[in-house]
Amino acid sequence: MTPVTAPMTGIVYQLPAAVGTTVSEGDSIAILESMKMHVPVPAPKAGRVKEIRVQEGEFVEEGAILALIE
Amino acid sequence: MGQTERLWAEVERISAGGPRQYHEKLRQQGKMFVRERLAKLLDPGSFVEDGLLARCEDPGLPADAVVTGIGRINGRTVCIMASDATVKAGTWGARTVEKIVRIQEQALKFNVPLLYLVDSAGGRITDQVEMFPGRRHAGRIFYNQVKMSGRVPQVCVLFGPSPAGAAYLPALSDVVIMVDGNASAYLGSPRMAEMVIGEKVDHETMGGARMHCTVSGLGDFLAASEDEAIELMKRYLSYMPDNWMGVPPAEPPQEPDGTVPLSSVVPPDQNTPFNMYRFIDGLVDGGSFFEIKKEYAPELITGFARLNGRVIGIVANQPAVKGGVLFVDSADKGARFIWLCNAYNIPLLFLADVPGFMIGSRVERQGIIRHGAKMICAVSEATVPKISVIVRKAYGAGLYAMAGPAFEPDACIALPRAQIAIMGPEAAVNAVYYNKIQELPQDERPSFVAAKRAEYAADIDIFRLASELIVDAVVDPDQLRAELIRRFAAAAGKAVTFTERRCPVYPV
Repeated sequence: MTPVTAPMTGIVYQLPAAVGTTVSEGDSIAILESMKMHVPVPAPKAGRVKEIRVQEGEFVEEGAILALIE
Repeated sequence: MGQTERLWAEVERISAGGPRQYHEKLRQQGKMFVRERLAKLLDPGSFVEDGLLARCEDPGLPADAVVTGIGRINGRTVCIMASDATVKAGTWGARTVEKIVRIQEQALKFNVPLLYLVDSAGGRITDQVEMFPGRRHAGRIFYNQVKMSGRVPQVCVLFGPSPAGAAYLPALSDVVIMVDGNASAYLGSPRMAEMVIGEKVDHETMGGARMHCTVSGLGDFLAASEDEAIELMKRYLSYMPDNWMGVPPAEPPQEPDGTVPLSSVVPPDQNTPFNMYRFIDGLVDGGSFFEIKKEYAPELITGFARLNGRVIGIVANQPAVKGGVLFVDSADKGARFIWLCNAYNIPLLFLADVPGFMIGSRVERQGIIRHGAKMICAVSEATVPKISVIVRKAYGAGLYAMAGPAFEPDACIALPRAQIAIMGPEAAVNAVYYNKIQELPQDERPSFVAAKRAEYAADIDIFRLASELIVDAVVDPDQLRAELIRRFAAAAGKAVTFTERRCPVYPV
């Protein structure tokens, strides 16, 4: 199980990959909005989205786990 | 045996290093013997060695575990110190330190780079009174490094450990190459940490090459093998002058690698990320970009390149990582790279697309203000030719850190869609009209906000800023390379002194 973590503090803007989606390394798992920028959060490895732990609009700290990939 | 025969016998014995079992250990670790490393690094037949006979009366201490001397790399003279890990694990003994101090003095006298090829278990405790506390003992190595810094290039390669006090050797070099899996640096070993502070941690986690190149920032290059480390060292030197008064060697100009016009690399929407590497590829000579600290704080890109054959240093925000926002580590990385380029006569090119320095309680606690101040300090002090290009945006102190107009760039150039402001339109309208927006009925807010944003955008329109002489030129991205070649050529004779004093009070 690989955690996908927030690279910086911000708001969850979009969650493009739903639970169960098969993703390749580098695909966006989440897009954060921070410092008025859209910051894609890439999958650290290929796999299936097992769990999403945040909702759109939620505030997340740098390092927070956004999703799990298996 | 006559004295000459004795000499040849001694040279042969000492050149073979330590006992066979330690040569075998090197092979198991994927390491080369010190003299093999030198053979790969230096032009054939160019090496002259000092102190080969150090402690020759002790059969257990060939050359006292270090090889020092002068050689050539691609025809250019360099001084070398290289640990021999087959002799007492490369530790620093009574004459090791004196040999290192002397080769430092030679490099300073000859005005040539010094290369440290390190693979050493640190100070030899049995020799400590002869190598640790005195005037020409280990401390003098670090003192000399500080004195040499900015006069002659100092390149450090960790082929193996450099623990405890010896860890300052990479820290005080200009650049550090670490071989993945074998290199390490830490003040206290895992064994000592367990004994003294109760922490249980493995070697790699404590001070491995990957950790230093991605987290601590002590390492600049993570090499997969010793061969790669040696090639990196040679390539690094190809961008360096011999000393601070020299000019980095030029090469024949090359067309850029990038095939996409620069005008189509940058998306019009300020908030959309793009890959700054593609912009650099479209701008500089093909194959010339040589990145430093690639794995560390990747929201800021730093590296050497050639523009029409001439070496430049590039500092570029990377909007594809963390939105290109400057953080504590990226400010640190930027400051150090700017100091490196300024020290060795390497013109600086800033490619700005920066939303600003990161805000929030987390980074305030990390000292974002003083780390940002450090980068601003480095940018201010840099007197080499420097050109700032506002690629898409430069907001807030991001403009200052990226050599905005107040920081004496030789030119501040904007691309036609660039925005320069205290903050972007969204944040600014919210900041200025917050109370007003709250007072308005919900349904009237969007049109009010849109109108104010449009007003704001007109206020910071790049043609207005050009009209006010804030920027020196607005340039079509597809003409940027040609423009920069002409401008850097014009600035080549620049010779200015920033100011006179003993030293600034550095924000660090």
